[in-house]
Amino acid sequence: MTSDTDRMAAPAEGCTVITLPIGLHARPSVKLTKLAKTFDSAIRLRAGGEGANGDWVDAKSIVRVMAMKVRVGQTLTFRAEGMDAERAVNALVDLVERNFDESAPG
Amino acid sequence: MKARPAERIFTGQVASRGIALGAIARRPADDGRVRTKGSPGEERSTLEQALEEARARLSELVRQSDSMGREILEFQLALLEDPELYAPALKAIAGGAAALDSWRAALDEQIVGYLSAEDDYFQARAADLKDLRDRVCGLLSGADADADVGEGQGIYVADDLAPSRFLEMDWTRYRGAALAGGSITSHAAMLARARGVPMLTGLGAACEALSDGAGAVLDAEEGHLIAYPSGATLKRYEARIATRADEAARDAAFLDKPAVTADGTRVRVLVNVDDPKVLDGLDPAHCDGIGLTRSEFLFTRGGALPDEETQLAAYLGLLNWAGGRPVTVRTLDAGGDKPIPGLTPEGEANPFLGLRGLRLSLAHPEVFRVQLRALARAAVQGPLKVMVPMVTVPGELDRARALFAEVLAELTGQGVAARMPPLGMMVEVPAAALAIATFDADFYSIGSNDLVQYVTATSRDNAAVAPLHDAHNPAVLELIARVCQHGATHGREVSLCGDMAADPASMAPLLAAGLRVVSVAPAALARTKATLARGHRGEEG
Repeated sequence: MTSDTDRMAAPAEGCTVITLPIGLHARPSVKLTKLAKTFDSAIRLRAGGEGANGDWVDAKSIVRVMAMKVRVGQTLTFRAEGMDAERAVNALVDLVERNFDESAPG
Repeated sequence: MKARPAERIFTGQVASRGIALGAIARRPADDGRVRTKGSPGEERSTLEQALEEARARLSELVRQSDSMGREILEFQLALLEDPELYAPALKAIAGGAAALDSWRAALDEQIVGYLSAEDDYFQARAADLKDLRDRVCGLLSGADADADVGEGQGIYVADDLAPSRFLEMDWTRYRGAALAGGSITSHAAMLARARGVPMLTGLGAACEALSDGAGAVLDAEEGHLIAYPSGATLKRYEARIATRADEAARDAAFLDKPAVTADGTRVRVLVNVDDPKVLDGLDPAHCDGIGLTRSEFLFTRGGALPDEETQLAAYLGLLNWAGGRPVTVRTLDAGGDKPIPGLTPEGEANPFLGLRGLRLSLAHPEVFRVQLRALARAAVQGPLKVMVPMVTVPGELDRARALFAEVLAELTGQGVAARMPPLGMMVEVPAAALAIATFDADFYSIGSNDLVQYVTATSRDNAAVAPLHDAHNPAVLELIARVCQHGATHGREVSLCGDMAADPASMAPLLAAGLRVVSVAPAALARTKATLARGHRGEEG
């Protein structure tokens, strides 16, 4: 159950750069949204680092995440609100930095 | 012992020629696409059930597939589980739209989003969305009902057949269609001719009472549906089917050869495209390009009128298929027997003589401009040609050209690459055919279906006047000869794109009239090339 303290928990934020040559494509997007859904927090992301003014999209929606068409070299910023916000952001940033556990291209 | 039911013959009109033997597969009118739309609540639960079923089947496929296929299916499944995917469809349903139309429109919007991506990888995802769209459409339209029909055994019997249903059906499971109602000029009939699916229309309500699974002969040469055929009847038709198969095999040998008459006259044979889906499985090398694209397919899918990007994507798809061969797109030819809700006028006493074709486009410049913009943009990418339908006086052609020039200047001003394609006109109104020299078109395309109807004052789908509806009427042939003569004198191409071009009996008079370019339904390509190769030799021999 969601309590008031959940909602009041401080939002967490983190950013990272997409290094997959092909960008945030289907398989990584599936992994990202699946991981996001394991957290209770509301999680949003947008393309660009601090000061970017892209739209925030729901990180649990593959439709929205794919529609961003994030390419290699772009920065992603995650923002989560809820009890497990901190953990969620860390886990998602970690997933991106592990290159989504994709094997090296070749 | 039960007596064998007596042979029963139903007579109708031939919408698409061919002969088929099979079992009656009765599809009630409420099946699939033609089912009556329910309340928003019912439509919503229809869509939700279809989505749930699609998810269940995809999950099962994911379990069964190898790692390559699995990734694609997992991506599709993830999309299908995302409420964002179907939220726009639910919204449209709440607004009163049907489940199928809403779902299709929602997915089409997503597909266009991917098609417009700069990145090849994201562009390619459009295919996943299409697959997903069709998966759910299949469930919604009851295309799944096809599953209980034996392979290649069924004769589809229904009151009518919607074009979208025709395209969704698995035609490997049906040998033909017999419709109680319908019309030979309907979009579905045109698609049946394009695909070579035998079809009869206007058989009357009694044929819908036939039992599912009853043996039947669909004779879409003479116009009969024969239920419970006797042994003698079956034998007779089996022999005819064998003859037709031999003929088709002989014709097919001409497919990959250039179309040349026995005396060496090269005739260009192009194809008519009623819907890009008819190009599936057709080798572009077997034809000289696309001679007629009926762009109505973009406008009859329900929901909003197609925007510029949607149209552009469709035109580019055709250019891409044709691989450097010319592609002629006819601007919207709505009206007459092809109404588009919200655009074509309602309650016209005689729609065939009303606001249709170019007349309608000029009356709705806001709609016409969108199409011209998309065409001007597509023209940069390949040998695109554009023609306007139902031109009656030169002033209409001039107005179309001026509007084209306007959108071109607008696009150039916006920094969008665009060019003016060759602008031709359909010759189907007798006034235009008679005064052809007054029309400054870049090319002429004779629309024989309407020309015959207007010259002989007979409707195509009225059996009572069928003998008068004759493409070989000397007045028709004279007008065709006149247009060909004008084209030859002024160096402008003249083609013919009506059903007459695909009729073997018409080829000799058309060649005699001076015609050297024809455009036919894809299914008629082999026969037309074979007729050309044999025809002249026959004349001379």
